[in-house]
Amino acid sequence: MPIAYSRKNFARFQSLIALFLLCLALSVLSDKFLSFSNLWNVMRQISVNICISVGMTLIVLTAGIDLSVGSVLALCGAITAGLLKNGIELPSQNLYIGFTVLGAILAGGLTGSALGAFNGWAITRFNVPPFVATLAMLTVARGLTMLWTGGFPISGLGDTFLFIGTGWFLGIPVPVWISIVVVALAVFLTDKTRIGRYIYAIGGNESASRLSGINVNRVKIIVYTIAGALAAVGGIMVTSRLDSAQPNAGISYELDSIAAVVIGGTSLSGGRGSILGTVQGAIIIGVLNNGLVLLNVSPFWQQVVKGLVILLAVIIDKSNGKNE
Amino acid sequence: MTDTATLLEVKHITKRFPGVVALDDVSLSIEAGKVTALIGENGAGKSTLMKILSGVYPDFEGDIYYKGETAKFTGPKDAQQQGVVIIHQELNLIPYLTITENIFLGRELVTQYGTMDKSRMRKRTQELLDRLKLKVSPDLQVFKLKVGQQQIVEIAKALLTDAELIIMDEPTSAITGAEVEVLFDIITDLKAQNKAIVYVSHKLDELFRIADHYVVLRDGKSIESGKMAGMTQDQLISKMVGRKIEAMRKTSGRGTYVPLLEVKNLNLKSRVKSGNVLSNVSFNIGKGEIVGLFGLMGAGRTELLESIFGLHPAHSSGEALIGGQPICCDSPARAIAAGLALVPEDRKKDGLVLGLGVKNNISLTTLAEMESLGTLSDTKECELADHYISELRIKTPSKEQQARNLSGGNQQKIVLAKWLATRPKVLLLDEPTRGIDINAKSEIYKLIIRLADKGLGILVVSSELPEILAISDRILVMAEGRLTGEFLAREATEDGILKKAISFKQ
Repeated sequence: MPIAYSRKNFARFQSLIALFLLCLALSVLSDKFLSFSNLWNVMRQISVNICISVGMTLIVLTAGIDLSVGSVLALCGAITAGLLKNGIELPSQNLYIGFTVLGAILAGGLTGSALGAFNGWAITRFNVPPFVATLAMLTVARGLTMLWTGGFPISGLGDTFLFIGTGWFLGIPVPVWISIVVVALAVFLTDKTRIGRYIYAIGGNESASRLSGINVNRVKIIVYTIAGALAAVGGIMVTSRLDSAQPNAGISYELDSIAAVVIGGTSLSGGRGSILGTVQGAIIIGVLNNGLVLLNVSPFWQQVVKGLVILLAVIIDKSNGKNE
Repeated sequence: MTDTATLLEVKHITKRFPGVVALDDVSLSIEAGKVTALIGENGAGKSTLMKILSGVYPDFEGDIYYKGETAKFTGPKDAQQQGVVIIHQELNLIPYLTITENIFLGRELVTQYGTMDKSRMRKRTQELLDRLKLKVSPDLQVFKLKVGQQQIVEIAKALLTDAELIIMDEPTSAITGAEVEVLFDIITDLKAQNKAIVYVSHKLDELFRIADHYVVLRDGKSIESGKMAGMTQDQLISKMVGRKIEAMRKTSGRGTYVPLLEVKNLNLKSRVKSGNVLSNVSFNIGKGEIVGLFGLMGAGRTELLESIFGLHPAHSSGEALIGGQPICCDSPARAIAAGLALVPEDRKKDGLVLGLGVKNNISLTTLAEMESLGTLSDTKECELADHYISELRIKTPSKEQQARNLSGGNQQKIVLAKWLATRPKVLLLDEPTRGIDINAKSEIYKLIIRLADKGLGILVVSSELPEILAISDRILVMAEGRLTGEFLAREATEDGILKKAISFKQ
């Protein structure tokens, strides 16, 4: 059936087509859009959302959700910045531990992984719905960030650390490299490994997966841990780019991330979707943000437009699902 | 009581589903002021018939005459408004609403201002509960009631509408002793008010107490109907059975008997009520032996398989051994490692990931073996899938095809394939041919026999007696969580098995 076939192909590429049309329109409307400096700027901004959205995709594929990524991102960035700048001082023990850049980054990454693992543990051990467990973590991690920073930004982190967020490598910004590596690893995980297959199977039918001998709880904990670690990566990138860990960094990032996942065609009920779809979704949101700014659209209207785009994307995706 | 008058007449009804004729030219009549017992084995067509009478299936061939005129029920609500209500076996109550709210759901009484008239609804509910001798407050949330009490609320719901015909589907499956007596009093009451009642139950002794007429269904056909008076239980049973599938296991020449799976004193506690779902179940399966397990709905068959497979570690006790080695069954992974495989009853819910392709479903149980250098090898997965697609003759346009797009028979073969891939020693099959067409059925029978010839021990749970008789070497019968009978297949008769499966005493 050639018609059905071409229709299916169209569905597969429609977000790419949408992206192309969006870029085309923006380059006609704004002479600034199609400049190298602007494009790299967009890419750099997008790379944070790509990192956390990759983690979100894995979770959504298991039919879960993670609302805590924004707060976890802020906490991990703050911990990395704090350790790098101040180290750990224990005056009573007459002890001071200094951190190298690598050490501080590892500590941030471990924090993110631990919080993610905690999410997964709470969800699987106590059967708490992911929405609730990660909503709790959203508040907890934000509170911890405030405690750690005392409510003030931690700034002045040194040139080596700034390289992560602002440096260039082989003519491409470092954050873009980082997101490329993250995406490549995630594609490998989902397409080539057992755990990737289990993620799809659990999201598609948890009961059948459990009966097939899959350790469903273990897979879920792993997935939430990965998402936490990727939130940390995002937090370190944001902190480095601004040369400052802001206590209120990452607020509402979970919404942009979920939007990227959904626009990318991943089903919120699990089992269906892809990492590369999410990447497209994140790029569409990023380009849209950038374009609306370039066109001097009021920030209030920007939010309205973004919301409607998300809704439209899901409606189109649903109607494709019916055609399958 | 007034003269017997025909309230509803069914004439030549046929209902087809894809691949199956559920009802085949069924005719019967139901009289006002009488209780008509609807009898038949599982799968005989009782539920389809009830669903047609209560408007759930508006499309069918044939006619219904209701109060002397041709009737058409476009949906459950329409049937209700015309006076036909059904009390379902599975409870359709909303747990966190109160009894009153449940009873009036969708037909709330309103005041002249358009707000809900709570006091009037509450008063009416109280009257109904008094009449049904249920001593609880109408304001109680339904989930706080015992299952038996919930059943009574269902009945109250049916009584609220001015029903002419009340269909009761296994109304005593969840209630006991005194509650049953209350129900029978109500039925007697309803009869006196000239209501017609269709009563479906496996408990024949109940039918003899309250039914006036009987209708026997078998294989979707109405076999016989008549007056209960003068019938015996044995006569009724012999009317329910009578199908034949030619015996496929001609010999039981399986040589010396080597026990493969041994189950000792298996108990399973109920999660919803006190008491056991399984009580002291002990049996064994030999190498190369096919054991059929028969029981009516709710006998505990599925729970037995699940307990052996390690799905209820917290509630079960007892011992299971394979080849003399105890299997420590607290998870499916352990059970699989010990050599067990479970093909579940509901393949869409528990067997397949419908959104994954044929290939990926088949390899799901053995993904560890599909790896090379830590990554999944598509070559190995394709080999595995190709092997089973040809061996089990799975008809699919490609091995990437989503499982949801295949027919029931082919889906079932995928489930079998993924379990055979684990190279099990013992296969537990729960209703392996439910909802699949005749050809696929006979293919699956042949496959089961081939596997037994290779030395597997196989336990087949089925509600279809002819199927069990045709493929088993030995037959176990369950009722109410216990093993109640054991037969060699060549000596077994349908009557004999059914007698063991039907509980005569409460």
